[in-house]
Amino acid sequence: MKWAFWRRERRNEELKEEIEAHLLLAEREALESGMTKKEARQIARREFGNVGVTEEVTRDMWGGRWLFDLFYDLRYAVRGFRQRPGFVAVSLLTLALGIGATTVMFSLVSGVLLKPLPYQQPDRLVAVNGHTEGWNEKIYGEQKLAYLDFLDCRRESHSLDLAALVYNSGTLSAPGAPQYVDYFEISSNLFSVLRVPLAVGRAFLPEEDNIGAARVAILGYSFWQRHFDGKGNVLGSSVVLDQKRYTIVGVAPAGFRLYGNEPELYTPLGQDAAGYLRNRAAQPVHVVGRLRSGATLRQAQAEVGLTGSHLAQAYADTNKGRSLQVKRLEPPVGDVGSILWLLLGAVGLVLLIACANVASLMLARAISRERELAMRVALGASRGRLVRQCLTESALLSLLGGTVGVMLANWSLHPFLTFWPGDLPRAEEVQLDWRVLVFTVAMSVLTSVLCGLAPAWRAPVREVEQTLRAGARTLTAGTRRLHAAFVVSEIALAIILLVSAGMLGRALLHAASLDPGLDIRNLLVMRVGLSPATLADPAKIPAGWQDLVNRARNVPGVQSATAVDIVPMRQGNNEYGYWTTADVPPENKQPMALASSATPDYLKVMGIPLLEGRFFDDHDRLGSEPVIVVDDVLAKSAFGKQDALGKSLWIPNMPCPQPNINKFVECSAPFKIAGVVGHVRYWGLAGDDQAQLRAQFYYPFAQVAPPFLNRWSQLMSIAVRTTVPPLTLVEPLRRELRGAAGDQVLYQAHTMEELAHESLAMQRFLLLLFGIFAGLALVLACIGIYGVLAYLTGQRVPEIGLRMAIGASPANVTWLVLRQSLGMVFLGIGIGAITAVAAGRILESLVEGMQPTVLSTLVTMVPFLVLAAMLASLVPARRASRVDPMKALRQE
Amino acid sequence: MSKHKKRYQNRTEILQGTLDMLILQTLQWAPRHGYALSKAIRTNSGEILKVDTGSLYPALHRLERKGWIASEWKTSELGPRLRIYRLTQAGRRQLMSERSRWERLTAAIAGILNPAEKENVP
Repeated sequence: MKWAFWRRERRNEELKEEIEAHLLLAEREALESGMTKKEARQIARREFGNVGVTEEVTRDMWGGRWLFDLFYDLRYAVRGFRQRPGFVAVSLLTLALGIGATTVMFSLVSGVLLKPLPYQQPDRLVAVNGHTEGWNEKIYGEQKLAYLDFLDCRRESHSLDLAALVYNSGTLSAPGAPQYVDYFEISSNLFSVLRVPLAVGRAFLPEEDNIGAARVAILGYSFWQRHFDGKGNVLGSSVVLDQKRYTIVGVAPAGFRLYGNEPELYTPLGQDAAGYLRNRAAQPVHVVGRLRSGATLRQAQAEVGLTGSHLAQAYADTNKGRSLQVKRLEPPVGDVGSILWLLLGAVGLVLLIACANVASLMLARAISRERELAMRVALGASRGRLVRQCLTESALLSLLGGTVGVMLANWSLHPFLTFWPGDLPRAEEVQLDWRVLVFTVAMSVLTSVLCGLAPAWRAPVREVEQTLRAGARTLTAGTRRLHAAFVVSEIALAIILLVSAGMLGRALLHAASLDPGLDIRNLLVMRVGLSPATLADPAKIPAGWQDLVNRARNVPGVQSATAVDIVPMRQGNNEYGYWTTADVPPENKQPMALASSATPDYLKVMGIPLLEGRFFDDHDRLGSEPVIVVDDVLAKSAFGKQDALGKSLWIPNMPCPQPNINKFVECSAPFKIAGVVGHVRYWGLAGDDQAQLRAQFYYPFAQVAPPFLNRWSQLMSIAVRTTVPPLTLVEPLRRELRGAAGDQVLYQAHTMEELAHESLAMQRFLLLLFGIFAGLALVLACIGIYGVLAYLTGQRVPEIGLRMAIGASPANVTWLVLRQSLGMVFLGIGIGAITAVAAGRILESLVEGMQPTVLSTLVTMVPFLVLAAMLASLVPARRASRVDPMKALRQE
Repeated sequence: MSKHKKRYQNRTEILQGTLDMLILQTLQWAPRHGYALSKAIRTNSGEILKVDTGSLYPALHRLERKGWIASEWKTSELGPRLRIYRLTQAGRRQLMSERSRWERLTAAIAGILNPAEKENVP
């Protein structure tokens, strides 16, 4: 810039010199024709015309004029800002907060929802899912594939390279103390299909992907860092997982996690001889693929679809009605998207209010400069030039605000992420990257236009001479309406946020007051990995769990203990379709219920009320009559007003509790209902009422069929009721439950109170954020009302003076101002109320546990807002009532 | 004085858009500075065309920016440094095209002004 200026200065001087020479030559010629020196100079000047204009027009020919205008506008703006540091500070702070908060929210949206998967050519990656008529993806998620179906797909596909992944968990007994770990069983080509290079070592070889091949494992990066200190010589050493020794051949890259959390280990899927992997009825396999070069998604869809229909014909007993689908591979983010967009929307409202505030401040400033602007127009400034100058000011302000905003965002992004309830999927992708910066710059530009538009719009200065002639204190009706429009829109935006916050608050209060259906105090639940030696032999497993329960009961402070597979309000669930007669309809027509298997003490430990009949006892075991206990929700939906006790349910997919079987056998007889118990809020305090699946039944753990005991054991938890604060017992329990071989690991210990509390975490988090947003909105709106009223009242001083001179009392004047404010506030509320109802409906559909309380919340929030607005108006109103009529009139 | 007055009367303003052509044409014979250029145009037009300096200098600077003319500073025995403009190759081409355009235009206007002549053409 400096260089450009220096060059321009030089050109200016050259131009002056050129014109000077012209004049000199003309003068000399005139002299030669016999004129006096004075005459000659005059005639040369006259002939030349206006030197200043010529210079000006010539300079325009050089180009780049806009740049210099911009510089002058900027200098002008900075000078103006220096004169009004208060205005600048308030505007900057407002904009920085608005833009900063929006930037933080957009970073989340960008990182979690918009960024492509962090693999090469992510648009060529696909997922293969199964689809059965009536499958409810909302409850179960995407349907995965059976391992054998995956192998068939892979063999028959020409357009896709397919890879498989199965989530599993087990006890790692070496190196170090035994621990329970998550691991992925993967096909050997998973890393190559995703084109992810390993951090150390190699991927699995195709020949290692078979039963009986050499046992090899790949470490997860974090696990490698934790247990091997990230040492490169880890290759060739070994780990012992579920009593099998694996040789380490590689380490996965940092942060690699396709689904869920980063696993500790990877093992070859093809080596696993587990029965469920050879059964087409079980679908545990995530299948991902990459389109081969030249292949299109449509080809792949047609091809896999065809394979699916072949499988459905060839294996009708397991695959009938199931089709296979190919979709683009999307980042697995669940339903967090709607929450993120909701928050971005809310924060956008705050930014809009901030804009309205700054715009009204700038407008007031523009009007106080009206005479100056009119003067400039009279001196030849064009309209466009003045508009540009106004926009330069607001652009400077909002870009500065944006810069401060980005700094605020950079500083608060990570604290905010840790504050997010539970795990935010893809949190590691959330960064202030170029996408976010582009967004922020765009936001700032938009903000500057929004802020600068009103003052710029006024800049045209029609009727210049009127403005110049009139006193500085006249204010047109149009301007007053413009000011009022800002207040109205701020109020309208604020009421939306206030109502949203109010609704969230009420939902939270309501949910917290609900009965969870069990006694959450002094209740500890924890997972335990059964000893691998016990797990290897299904016959030992029931005794193994009984031993754990007994051991837990012996720990001082434990009142009672039980084993159960599904714990309320915690991740994980199991459902079966049921029917009340033997004439069972197809699967997708059956009503569904949550199923838990538990030991006889479950009811007592959890504090669930028994309504009728009995719970299980030691007589319920394999071979005896299959029994279940239902909750009152299931009893009511299955049998209405009839007594459920003694009736039976047909549950076709539940394995029959027979001894000495080695695969799934359907029961010929139904399950008898032995008792009815109270409903438990399985889906959390807030979520349960709106959950699609609420009916529950329990079946005895002793009646779980032998082939399934191993799989069930991976899901089982121990729950204990304590007489002391539950968390103090975690360590004693950990020691006691380790067992005779010392290889049983306790993990994921939670108190039931924690789980109940966490089930409301998202609601609490949203309430807090919306509370902050609504508070900000309210404060900003009040500042806006105050500023506008103070300004409008200031402009009305002569009028007020006149009113008082002819007999108005101070109270009359106060009321005059308050009435003006009330008018704006109620108009704003009227407009905002419609939008607030719409926003409330969105909240109801997105947030669990919301009650339809929009209207009543609106009614409670209105007086609150009006009161705040009146307080903000009071100062200008009081000031107006103290106007001295004599002084005011003399001012005119 | 009266002689001068007469000298500055009876002048026609230069037609819109032709100033560029006139400048380029005048520079074709020899490089000149601004004052000499305006004088040359005036004299060559038989004292009829007056170049307004308010348009001459902007035009010179514009033509220079377009690359049709170039300038350099020369000291003169008269005293001040003079900025001398000369035609460039691009300027020569531009002059050609403007001249042919102008000739077409004048022929067309002439055709309108003397319609009889045109009808006589076989």
